[in-house]
This record gives sequence, structure tokens and C-alpha cells, in this order.
Amino acid sequence: MEIKVVGSGCANCKNLLKKTQDAVAELRIDAQIIYVTDMQDIIATGILQTPGLMINGKIKSTGRVPSVKEIIELIKGA
Amino acid sequence: MNILVESFGWLNDQVLKMNWLSDLIRLLVEKGFGLETTERIGASVHFYLYDTIKIFILLSVLIFAISYIQSFFPPERTRQILGHMTGLRANILGALLGTITPFCSCSSIPLFIGFTSAGLPIGVTFSFLISSPLVDLASVLLLASIFNWKIAIAYVVVGLILAVIGGSIISKLKLEKYVESYVYQIKGAGEGLEMPEQSTRERLRFAREQVLSIIRKVWLYILIGVGIGAAIHGWIPENLISAVLGQQNAFSVLIATLAGAPMYADIFGTLPIAEALVAKGVGIGTVLAFMMSVTALSLPSMILLKKVVKTRLLVIFASIVLVGILIIGYVFNALSYLLV
Repeated sequence: MEIKVVGSGCANCKNLLKKTQDAVAELRIDAQIIYVTDMQDIIATGILQTPGLMINGKIKSTGRVPSVKEIIELIKGA
Repeated sequence: MNILVESFGWLNDQVLKMNWLSDLIRLLVEKGFGLETTERIGASVHFYLYDTIKIFILLSVLIFAISYIQSFFPPERTRQILGHMTGLRANILGALLGTITPFCSCSSIPLFIGFTSAGLPIGVTFSFLISSPLVDLASVLLLASIFNWKIAIAYVVVGLILAVIGGSIISKLKLEKYVESYVYQIKGAGEGLEMPEQSTRERLRFAREQVLSIIRKVWLYILIGVGIGAAIHGWIPENLISAVLGQQNAFSVLIATLAGAPMYADIFGTLPIAEALVAKGVGIGTVLAFMMSVTALSLPSMILLKKVVKTRLLVIFASIVLVGILIIGYVFNALSYLLV
């Protein structure tokens, strides 16, 4: 499973990264978390409002920081 | 019919203007603090408490309702809608979508690049960028609360016209070459992008989060704004204010616009200042020019935009907005007898 946290380094983006790591740790799954910070790469994802969360190439949330519980649900649903 | 008009007036006074709160605070200031609200200190304390509480209540309720609506229009969707439009219609739609798309100046760069790389004309993007901070649904209701409905609606209409005309001029001038070239090298994934569908519960949660995050971001501006408003209200002599900003000073709109440009504040922080200025007899056009200048011409967002456009385009953009605000200010002053 590939999880992307998309954000240019703002406080919310780092917050989302941390929560995603917590969610993956809690689920004990083998997932690769990629933190996308380069502006060109961000635009290429199509996301306009950071932070964004993508799982296996699909946008799951944008412009907000979901809770760890929500992220777990999103990962399970993917 | 009369009952209808009266009950609307009553609702307007109690819900939007919160006269009950004003009465409650007056009671607190007079009985609790032992101050006379007819005297300076008492009046300032009353103004400060009443305005702060009123703005926070209105802000929370409005942001909640509006964020719920906005959750249906993420900028990714806006881009898809705008991608199929051309000409003046695209500018008008860009300006309209600017009023409902959630957008903070911190995301203006990804937004600008995202719109432009998806092939949107920069004029349309600028229509969006002008209207987005200038006219949002919350500010309209706040204006109606602090002034009246005529002023609120007039503000929205001229704000949108400014966004449409400003963007159209930028389109006509063919300024694409003044966008930093790397912007065009980025290939956006604008077409066929799938956005996650949200349930009502998720939208409500988004609305609640928005209220908290916006209040966390603007509370200080509001406290400062209300403080300045209270100072203007009770302590700065009226003749000084009217000499600088009054109708008889031909430069009043210009002064207000230039004073507002370097300031960075949310429209919510400027409202109490505007309210106090109007109470001191400053023309409505002068006050609106000040508010528009603070929100649409902020220095920090200019610095951000500088990363994606060349200085020349930035100067053209700022000049168009500046001239537009000046015209709006003078026209509103001239027609103010229709509004107040």
C-alpha cells in the first residue's frame, strides 16, 4: 500500500504526516508513506488545497487534517 | 404585510444586529462595573465587549453554515467547471466561484499554478483571486449586521464587478508571458480528477473544523480591530477624523485605500474599524475602500504571488485593483444618500 501525504511543509501538513504515521503504526500494516513537498509534484497530484491525503493514487481528503481514527477508516476502505 | 415587515425588522435587529446583547452588556457595564454608558469610558467598554462578542457569535454561526455549503465546491471542482469556459462568462463564473470556494491566501500559490497549468486563462484565475478574499458569504452577513442590507448587497455587487473587470483587463492585455515560465512546465492533473465523495456527517465535521481553525487564525485581528474601533469611537476627536477622512477632503478615499493596502487583516478585523468610522461621519465609500484595500491588496499575498508571476504583471494587477477600489470609493460616497 502506498500512502501519500501532500503538503508544502505547513504546520497542518506535518500534523497530517504524524497522524498518518500513527494510523499506520496502529494498524500494523506494511504501508509506504511518502511525504510530497515539492511544489511541482504537489500540482501533479491535482490537489489544490494542502494538506492532502492519497492512498494508492486516489485522493482521500484535501484541505483538512482528518483524525487518526478517520485515517484508519480511510486505509481500511482502500 | 405590515406584520411581515415588522417581524423581519425585529428579527434583523435581534438576530443580526443583536440588540439584546447590546442591552445585556449595557446592564453589565452600568450595574456590574458601575460605569455610565453615556460617558466615555463606559461607552468604550460597552463598545468593546458588545462588538467582540457579537463578531465572535456571528463569525462562528456564519462560518459553520458557509463551510457546509463550501464543502460542495472544493477548488479542484471549481477548476474543472472553469476549464470548460471562455471569455467574459469565464471571468464572471470565476468571480462567483471565488465567493464560495474556500480559499486562504496561504494556498494562493498552488491554486494559481494549479489553475494555470490546467490551461485556465490567467484573467479568469485573477477574477477568482480578486473576488475570493474580497467577497465572501460571511462578510456579506456581517456587513448587513453592522450597517444595513443595502450596503451589504452593494458591496457584493461592486466587489464582483471589480473582479470581473479586473480579470477581463488582464485577459485582454495578454499577459501570459509575465507568468514565471516554470508554471507552464508543470503538468497538472486537472482533467478527470476524482474527488472523494463526502457524507453529510463529514461535511458537518468539516464545517466545525473550519470554525475552529478560522477563529484560531483571526481572533487576534478581531480583538485588535475592535480595540482600534473603540479608540476611534470614543477617543479620537471627530474633527480630526473628518479632516482626514471626511467628505470635504477630496483625498479621503485615496488616503483610506493607501492606508489599508499594507495592512493584513481578515475582513472581520476591519469591520469594527469601519463601523466606528461610519459612526464618526466618514463617508461610506471611504470606509468600503478601506475594507477592500485591506482584504484585496494585502502585502503578504502580493509577496506570495511574486513567486509565480513577474513584477510587471503583479504591478498591473495591483494597479487595476487599486484604481477599481478608488472608483468604487468615490462613487459610493457620491451615492451614499441612497444607502445610509
